Amino acid sequence: MNRSIGRVGAVLIVMFGALFVNLNVITLLQADDLANHPANRRLIIREYDIPRGPLVVGEEAIASSVPTDGELRFLRTYPEGTRYAHLTGYYSVVLQRSGLERALNEQLTGRPTEVVAQNLGDLLGGANRPGNAVLLTVDGEIQAAAEAALAGREGAVVVVNPRSGAILASYANPTFDPNPLSSHDRTVIRDAWDELRERDDQPLVDRATSELYPPGSTFKLVVAAAALERGFAPDSLFPDEAVYDVPQTTADIRNFAGGRCGADPEITLTDAMRVSCNTVFARLGVELGDDALIRQAERFGFNRAVPYELPTATSAIPQELDVPATAQSSLGQRDVRATPLQMALVTAAIVNGGQLLRPHVVNQVLSPEGQVVRGPNEGLWTGASGDARPLSARSAEQLRQMMIEVVDTGTGRAARIDGVTVGGKTGTAQAAGGPVVWFVGFAGEDAAIAVVLPDEGEGATGGAVAAPVARQVLEVAARRTAGR
Amino acid sequence: MRSDAGGRTGRRSAAATTEQPAALANPRRVEAQLLAGAVLLTAFAGTLLGWSESPDLPPAAIVTGVALAVIAIVAHITVRYTAPDADPALLPLAFLLNGFGLVFVRRVDLASGTELAATQTVWTALTVGLMCAALLFIRSVAPFARYQYTFGLATIVLLLLPIVPGLTAGVINGAQLWIELFGMRFQPGELAKLTGAIFLAAYLARNRDVLSVATQRIGPLLVPAPRHLAPLFIAAVGAMAIMASLRDLGSALLFFGTFVAMLYVATGRLAYPAFGLVLFGLASVLAYRLFGHVRVRVHIWLDPWSDVQDTAYQLAQSLFALGTGGLTGTGLGFGRPQDVPFSATDAIFVVIGEELGLLGATAVLVTYLLLVARGLRIAQTARDAFSTLLALGLTVTFAFQTFVIVGGLTRLMPLTGITLPFISFGGSSLLANYLIIGTLLRISDESRAAARGRDGSPAAAAPAGGAGP
Repeated sequence: MNRSIGRVGAVLIVMFGALFVNLNVITLLQADDLANHPANRRLIIREYDIPRGPLVVGEEAIASSVPTDGELRFLRTYPEGTRYAHLTGYYSVVLQRSGLERALNEQLTGRPTEVVAQNLGDLLGGANRPGNAVLLTVDGEIQAAAEAALAGREGAVVVVNPRSGAILASYANPTFDPNPLSSHDRTVIRDAWDELRERDDQPLVDRATSELYPPGSTFKLVVAAAALERGFAPDSLFPDEAVYDVPQTTADIRNFAGGRCGADPEITLTDAMRVSCNTVFARLGVELGDDALIRQAERFGFNRAVPYELPTATSAIPQELDVPATAQSSLGQRDVRATPLQMALVTAAIVNGGQLLRPHVVNQVLSPEGQVVRGPNEGLWTGASGDARPLSARSAEQLRQMMIEVVDTGTGRAARIDGVTVGGKTGTAQAAGGPVVWFVGFAGEDAAIAVVLPDEGEGATGGAVAAPVARQVLEVAARRTAGR
Repeated sequence: MRSDAGGRTGRRSAAATTEQPAALANPRRVEAQLLAGAVLLTAFAGTLLGWSESPDLPPAAIVTGVALAVIAIVAHITVRYTAPDADPALLPLAFLLNGFGLVFVRRVDLASGTELAATQTVWTALTVGLMCAALLFIRSVAPFARYQYTFGLATIVLLLLPIVPGLTAGVINGAQLWIELFGMRFQPGELAKLTGAIFLAAYLARNRDVLSVATQRIGPLLVPAPRHLAPLFIAAVGAMAIMASLRDLGSALLFFGTFVAMLYVATGRLAYPAFGLVLFGLASVLAYRLFGHVRVRVHIWLDPWSDVQDTAYQLAQSLFALGTGGLTGTGLGFGRPQDVPFSATDAIFVVIGEELGLLGATAVLVTYLLLVARGLRIAQTARDAFSTLLALGLTVTFAFQTFVIVGGLTRLMPLTGITLPFISFGGSSLLANYLIIGTLLRISDESRAAARGRDGSPAAAAPAGGAGP
């Protein structure tokens, strides 16, 4: 029997050997993945041991960590509640992180994620070292003005500094309160989350950056840019007709009000822009051709991922358009889609002499000792060809003047501000659920804006509804940026 | 070569007679030294854990070491007088595991706010006491063989007790394994491992000759006559069927593995393990088809990450703990046992893995392996077939139990709830395991005493052999 006992022993040794090998695989090879797994609570508890750095707007912390007596030592609080929710996101034990809390997590904890996961902080003697403070480019007063101007209506306002790409305001309705989602009480989180998820109006979606709308007539800026780049001038004349008979289709293009755009048989490009003349821009788009239109839109950033700190939706124009589609796309209809952020960047490029800049919302990251860890992510937003100039400085200036005309005497008169040079373009896109109304524009050279209101009901127009919202925000923006 | 080897052997035998007679003659002194080591290691670990609580050592941290020392002294003295020639490594290895168990049960207490460590210390004292009593009153395992069917019946009864109305503690954690007596819970199935092994050993020792002779041909396999096999299969399959219906798959696996290993050793015929593997495969497929909870277990095993928050929670938490521990662990007192379900009982191994890392977990596995090696050695040197098979069966049960729970927690195989011998919290498990140690002590004492010529009356020889100079 002794030999067979020896064999049984050999089998047992092999079995224990398998245990040992498997244990090695888990504790050595898979250790990082397991330690960093989202469902591993250890990570969260260690992370909540860290006094996370604040998110700061101006002098005010819009997200900060306050000590508690619980197992999770710091509670994330958002004093302004809903105002910055889409920017900050939430910081939740159940839902993890969103927004800047997610995008800047390593900066805010002040440590690489691996260090947090493996508790190396203690070994390195920095167990209670606070995270870095993140200073945002957002201006608190402009953000508040955006919130007030929308007055609870569905929509979004994005304000950007055209000369730097710094985001001055980014606000969207409906919004949410990140405080209950960041609670340490799981039932509070669940209740708040379920309520937000059950709502039809999707308050968790940031309409400023992550929702795509048909840009409507604001897209005429892109068509005009393509035309100016191809030798047309602001005073180039086009036939002024009530109906543009689109080739290859029976679906003709008419003007918004039904009639012609002016009194004369012909109309200049500037005037066509001023009154947002559909027949002229549809004809112009078809004349330029789909390729020129698509390339121009792409140079402005369409069909390209936006290099921004927060996740964004990519604005889009189809890669190929037949003639009827080209005509409709020239009016920002059909399959053209844009985010408010994208339209603000188009406007900013026009104000900035034709140069497209990278949007950014982080101004500085400061260590607890006050040293600058990193500065703003400034710079040109270059395309695939290495080119960051959607249009020449000359074309940009011509287009800017045309936009000033729009606000002075055209469809954008409601955005006029005394003593401030305001330019813009209105848009009213026909969509399934009613018109989506827009205003894009600028006040002086330091603030470009995009406003969208997608749910204002039949009869709403960009000029009547969106332009006053923009004016309310630009008034504050002009005052706030004048001193810089 | 030849003369060299001869010379070495000569030297060694010379040394054995001149330099080391005391050590060889007195295994109890070795045992005492090793026991002191085990108690010191436990006290050291307990102190470390205490320091993790607060810089001024809480008294409770020292109690563990002191209690274990007292229990070890009692056990050692008992063995000295009742089994003076017994294997010297068994008791220290068991106490080392038990001591670590006490420290880590207290660790779980600190994390979860429970008070299990005190209970477990009492259980340790009681079960070691019972082992000592058994050593005192049972001076030979031979009489067991005479009552093989009594033990066989006892096995079935013990397994069925948890479903007896009035005794049953109901379904706990999906399995019906506990009875309630005087307000305390017991798991009679733990003792069934012992009685089952006694029955099998006796039956196989008596019938191994007929079982070794193949008279029937099934395909390419030669097997013994069915009438010789029938009682065995009825007992084994019956026990397994009971456990499968009680949803205790871990124990079913344990019984089956032990059964096959004993059958193989008794007969020396590889056909039995081969046939056993086939049977096991068929049973697995059948269990997978029949039982929803088996399917769930298998799915969790294959893909724990798709249902981390629900069915795969325990496995995922176990893996998180081990992964977080890494090579050296978080340090005693710095893990999160409160996140792992059943951290004081079934999953205590991953608490050790998290806080002491791969190194600590490996040390624990090696300790088990050493204990298993001693058990197999005792089986090889036992003085008759019954003793050999009993020692083997108990050792294999012990080894399989460790393998099933550690393998389950580390995703080597589907996880089934079963205790980790000596370390998991629980009196029934401790009792069964100390009775296994007691039986192995008795078997090894009998064989060594016979080899030394101390045959006949162990009681009379004990003072002279054990306590003499």
